Amino acid sequence: MVVFSVYVVNKAGGLVYQYDNYSPRNDVEKTFSYPLDLVLKVHDERVVVSFGQRDGIKVGYAVLSINGFDVNGRYMADNRDVLEYLNTSFNYPLAIRFGRPRLTSNEKLMLASMFHSLFAIGSQLSPEPGSSGIEVLETDTFKLHCFQTLTGIKFIVLADPRQAGIDSLLRKIYEIYSDFALKNPFYSLEMPIRCDLFEQNLKVALEIAEKAGTFGAGS
Amino acid sequence: MSRQANRGTESKKMYWYLPFISPSASLHLMNSELFTLTYGALVTQLCKDYENDEDVNKQLDKMGYNIGVRLIEDFLARSNVGRCHDFRETADVIAKVAFKMYLGITPSVTNWSPAGDEFSLILENNPLVDFVELPDNHSGLIYSNLLCGVLRGALEMVQMAIDVKFIQDILKGDNVTEIRLKFIKRIEENLPAGEE
Repeated sequence: MVVFSVYVVNKAGGLVYQYDNYSPRNDVEKTFSYPLDLVLKVHDERVVVSFGQRDGIKVGYAVLSINGFDVNGRYMADNRDVLEYLNTSFNYPLAIRFGRPRLTSNEKLMLASMFHSLFAIGSQLSPEPGSSGIEVLETDTFKLHCFQTLTGIKFIVLADPRQAGIDSLLRKIYEIYSDFALKNPFYSLEMPIRCDLFEQNLKVALEIAEKAGTFGAGS
Repeated sequence: MSRQANRGTESKKMYWYLPFISPSASLHLMNSELFTLTYGALVTQLCKDYENDEDVNKQLDKMGYNIGVRLIEDFLARSNVGRCHDFRETADVIAKVAFKMYLGITPSVTNWSPAGDEFSLILENNPLVDFVELPDNHSGLIYSNLLCGVLRGALEMVQMAIDVKFIQDILKGDNVTEIRLKFIKRIEENLPAGEE
């Protein structure tokens, strides 16, 4: 049972805190010979697999490194284009590492504000009057739990779908926020939280929740 | 009134509300004198720094406001109260929960306006003024004006614009301390999504 990550979004929809607690590493490294039997394309300045899923290399995975050298977006370390390099037969055999690309901090900001809008739209669209907005969003691989305070701050936790006790974890995070961000006189409201004490206490709370969650009463 | 009675007694400790798991949980009982003396030092310093009482009042209110906007989150995180749907509910929460939690006193709620948009908090004993005698040259000073700022700041964060002022003060010879709260409006533009 795990909690994947925690987001704190301010009233305006800006991300003020993000913490990745656990991210499953599912990188795959494999040696290929020419011609490459995967269909690759450039998407969002990354070289990703668009077709030809095999050996744990899934559609959507990006090229992370070639022969142990990290790839920088769609370019190699020496500024050669990745696709061109992979299409050149005399470079082979090649060891290519694939994996799901990490979200950049910019992308996290975008996701947070997008969720903020979806939350607002969701509560407007609801057939039931007085809807609270999105509280839980469930997928095959994770569950997103969102708790909005009366003042409009959102605490979002991404966790394993089987993880229990997230509701109390969210309340706990609210307490930690009010203790270690707001009571720190040098923290300015609505701004990104860069407080070590906040982070330390958050980590402790996540550990406790993960341990208790396996046989918790359910959330 | 009861001011004289509690002066100098040794039961000067009040129960500060502290969470069950708190970094300062060992300080469950805190001597309230430390708090009132610190506040006194703050006010006297402000009186030295500013020429007239009006400016001191303004500074106290401003500081209170800055405390209030942070304190509200602490209050909501620990007290588990939901949103208030009318001003009477708000008055109850302020008097019975919030004042109890942070100052260890429970003011009474009275003098409702007919429209229900104004009420008074009567403080029988205000912990801030335990040892205070207002000198004659500070007749304009509203000694506990910080509290007004705290109330205003905290309620603003839950989308309520209110006006708060002292209309009676024990320090000025009144029998009780009376804080008047007047509801101005709901701050609709700050209302979080999902609230009607």
